[in-house]
Amino acid sequence: MEFKPPEQEISRFRTRVLWASVFVLVCFGLLVSRLYWLQVTRHDYYSTRAEDNRISLVPIVPNRGLIVDRNGVVLARNYSAYTLELTPSRIPNLDHTIDELAKLIDIQQKDRKRFKKLMEESRTFESLPLRNRLSDEEVARFIAQRFRFPGVDIKARLFRQYPEGELASHLLGYIGRINDREKKAIEDDETRAPNYRGTEHIGKSGLEQSYEEMLHGTTGFEQIEVDAGGRAVRSLSRTPPVPGDKLVLTVDSKLQKIAEDAFGSRRGALVAIEPGSGGVLALVSKPTFDPNLFVDGIDSQSWDALNTSLDHPLLQRAIYSSYPPGSTFKPFMALAALETGKRTAQQAISDPGYFWFAGHQFRDDKKGGHGSVDMVKSIVVSCDTYYYQLANDMGIDLIASFMGELGFGARTGIDINGESTGVLPSPAWKKRRFKTREMQKWYAGETISIGIGQGYNSYTMLQMAHAIATIAADGVMYKPHLVQYVQSSRDDKRRLIEPQPVKRLGYTTEHLATIKRAMVEVNKWGTGARAFANAGYTSAGKTGTAQVFSLKGADYKSHAVGERLRDHALFIAFAPAEDPKIALAVLVENGGFGAESAAPIARQVLDYYLLGKLPQGAAPEQPGAE
Amino acid sequence: MLRRLLNRLISPFDPWLTALVVILLSFTAIVMMSASPERMQAQLTNTCIGLGIMWIMANIPPQRLQALAVPLYVLGVVLLLGVEFFGEVSKGAQRWLDLKVVRLQPSELFKIAMPLMLAWYFQQREGALKVLDFVVATVLLGVPVGLIVIQPDLGTAILVLSAGFFVIFFAGLSWRLIVPAVVMGVAIIVAVVTYQDQICADGVQWPGLRDYQKHRICTLLDPTTDPLGKGFHTIQSTIAIGSGGLVGKGWKQGTQAQLEFIPERHTDFIFAVISEEWGLIGDLGLMTVLLLIIFRGLVIAAGAHNVFSRLLAGALSLSFFVYAFVNIGMVSGVLPVVGVPLPLVSYGGTALVTLCLGIGVLMSIARHRSTNQS
Repeated sequence: MEFKPPEQEISRFRTRVLWASVFVLVCFGLLVSRLYWLQVTRHDYYSTRAEDNRISLVPIVPNRGLIVDRNGVVLARNYSAYTLELTPSRIPNLDHTIDELAKLIDIQQKDRKRFKKLMEESRTFESLPLRNRLSDEEVARFIAQRFRFPGVDIKARLFRQYPEGELASHLLGYIGRINDREKKAIEDDETRAPNYRGTEHIGKSGLEQSYEEMLHGTTGFEQIEVDAGGRAVRSLSRTPPVPGDKLVLTVDSKLQKIAEDAFGSRRGALVAIEPGSGGVLALVSKPTFDPNLFVDGIDSQSWDALNTSLDHPLLQRAIYSSYPPGSTFKPFMALAALETGKRTAQQAISDPGYFWFAGHQFRDDKKGGHGSVDMVKSIVVSCDTYYYQLANDMGIDLIASFMGELGFGARTGIDINGESTGVLPSPAWKKRRFKTREMQKWYAGETISIGIGQGYNSYTMLQMAHAIATIAADGVMYKPHLVQYVQSSRDDKRRLIEPQPVKRLGYTTEHLATIKRAMVEVNKWGTGARAFANAGYTSAGKTGTAQVFSLKGADYKSHAVGERLRDHALFIAFAPAEDPKIALAVLVENGGFGAESAAPIARQVLDYYLLGKLPQGAAPEQPGAE
Repeated sequence: MLRRLLNRLISPFDPWLTALVVILLSFTAIVMMSASPERMQAQLTNTCIGLGIMWIMANIPPQRLQALAVPLYVLGVVLLLGVEFFGEVSKGAQRWLDLKVVRLQPSELFKIAMPLMLAWYFQQREGALKVLDFVVATVLLGVPVGLIVIQPDLGTAILVLSAGFFVIFFAGLSWRLIVPAVVMGVAIIVAVVTYQDQICADGVQWPGLRDYQKHRICTLLDPTTDPLGKGFHTIQSTIAIGSGGLVGKGWKQGTQAQLEFIPERHTDFIFAVISEEWGLIGDLGLMTVLLLIIFRGLVIAAGAHNVFSRLLAGALSLSFFVYAFVNIGMVSGVLPVVGVPLPLVSYGGTALVTLCLGIGVLMSIARHRSTNQS
């Protein structure tokens, strides 16, 4: 059988074994070099990758700070409630699952709609709420059936709640789910972005918005070791969240309530300020709305109702809407006259009932006129003719510069957003405001109407209250603010927002005394007398009526025009006159004469604030009630 | 008496191979306690069965095995055809034949039957080898490999193919055929890498390969294209290896492994666990043991006294090498992910028994080198 000598065959075989060994060594050498590259050269890189793999930072959202009034009454708080949450990625047939859940738990069409919307905005592995605030019974029913619903959970979550409902909603504002625009803004902000990981809600308006940063707190983080499936294996470390700071307001919620109630069903605004600090005691915009509606995303029905209402409940009338001040402008005009030396308090005019200027007749309220009118009388009887003449004598530039100093036509800088500037008319303003050269020109006749608070004059109630508070404080101006101090949740320390005078206007005491005396007399025997009869304190006031609709040449009959075309009623006041503790401005939209509708509201507010007296017909305070 | 019994028990074992296998299996046990402690019991059982089979094989003289070559080969081909027509589909591939009593994976049989058959064939042609004999051998190799490829089971096909090829190589296949084949192989790989974008595009069919096989190769070329799919294995295992560093993170300390980032960490990807926890030092130690087993096998082959034993021993040694090389290569991301276990380390009874059987055969050849029958 053997044709070749086995030795030759064996030696050839052994040569091949040698080659095979070389091949094996080379291949192993390749593997070793690969391993060396991975484990030595690139070790740092892969170590980082491995760390990234295994550690997941889970944000712990802090509790939002409380908002309380100056007496500690809670206006915004958080409460824990159960929500039914679904993780879409873990649910094969979402619609079927929701249908099955609906047999156990009340799920409305609007819940489904809201869930669908959330799904579009979120990533599928996130857990999203389908129904909020489950009842204990619903929780129990679900838990008994839980095994049937993989990917469905009940979670306890904190919800924002405004226990007083509609009270002070315009100043508190509300929170809502972070929308795309806000999300983008947060993500672009390097300091805010990490703090908002996991946060679902953000302040949308009012204090909730302007103090968002303090109310939000600092997000905590838990380092969790996870496996490839994203399942938590164990917690490595936990940085607890720091709850948001507490806002303690200057607002007196009871006063706020009395003021809001005093409006009844009428629309309007009221701003009450503590003259010695600028602290806002009440900031009313009527009608109001329930901020609780917005917390989980408002349903379309409620949204439509709020938006289409002719009363515009979402409109922030106190700081956004501006109105002609009407006669409430007169005390400021009078002070301007004294300060600029255009008038003395004793100088009197003879009022025929009208003022002629360049062939045009500016009429007074009272036919036949008020006779001889000095400065005090001009305020008490609200003599238009006196101010037509005064405005003409002063000229627009002087008026504009004096009123500008007092804060008219400029934002006061109150600590909530949405303030408008109003309009302090001047030739410069008109130039900016209008496009055509003809329109840009300032006519001397226009100055005349400015004197009685009409014409282009338009101010917010906040500006009016701010101005009268400044007069009440003898020309010392404070910035209006709603937050008295911020109480740190970390160490309970108060970050005092110490009221610092913004400026001292340096009015002559004598001049101020004249104006104050005139305003006291308004409430004694003038247009405010009826509203302030038998008040247990000395008050100073001035009524005003702002024309909404001018009926040229015809007698004004309020009942003859539509309710919404009626004049706005205004009233400004401060009290006690000798040492003012409160100054306010009230406006009742289409309320007619200020004395009729606005002054009685001011009376109720002052009565409560100064005497603790509740308005007649108001329910006595329930002991223990918030 | 007792001494004789003990001697009878121990004597079949080749001392070198035995020592290396025991070292490796002990290491496996330690690794398995970290990678998958719940499988320790089963792994120990498998190990005992494997050692038992090794002992049995070491006792069977090579000439007896020669007699088994043809029947095993024929049975294997029949079973593969059976799989093709009656096989059970598992994970999209037909690999199992359900014989009611046992579920059989006939392709596994060929890892031994193939070199056995070819060694037998060349033994028959000893001293009078013609080119035709190599053609016949290639056909004998091609039939089962083809059947395994269409199952499809790329990993086993590679192992069977290489085992058969090594027999042919040791039998004396001309370098003039080997060198061009190697050059062509390298050229194909270079071409594939160069034109990967075109040939990996969707809808492009590769002749003779299933879509998933094409996908595996394409994924190897660029694992990032499918980070959560097939590429995930490679990415995660290279992270594990790389993060292990020089000395490793320590036993049971591998975060990649312990946190289940490594798929199949107790079977095909166990090398990643070893690399992460034992580092480059551990890898080198392991590879040294594997290398010594291969070299011991080659030494046995070189010392064998007939063609059959030489070819069988050489092929079995190099098969062991292919297991190790392909496995470490795929886990470290230089070879496609094909289902090849790390020999004597990966969990799984079948592979362990097959490898122990092969080592038993090597031991038998070592022991019976003096009883040359030819």
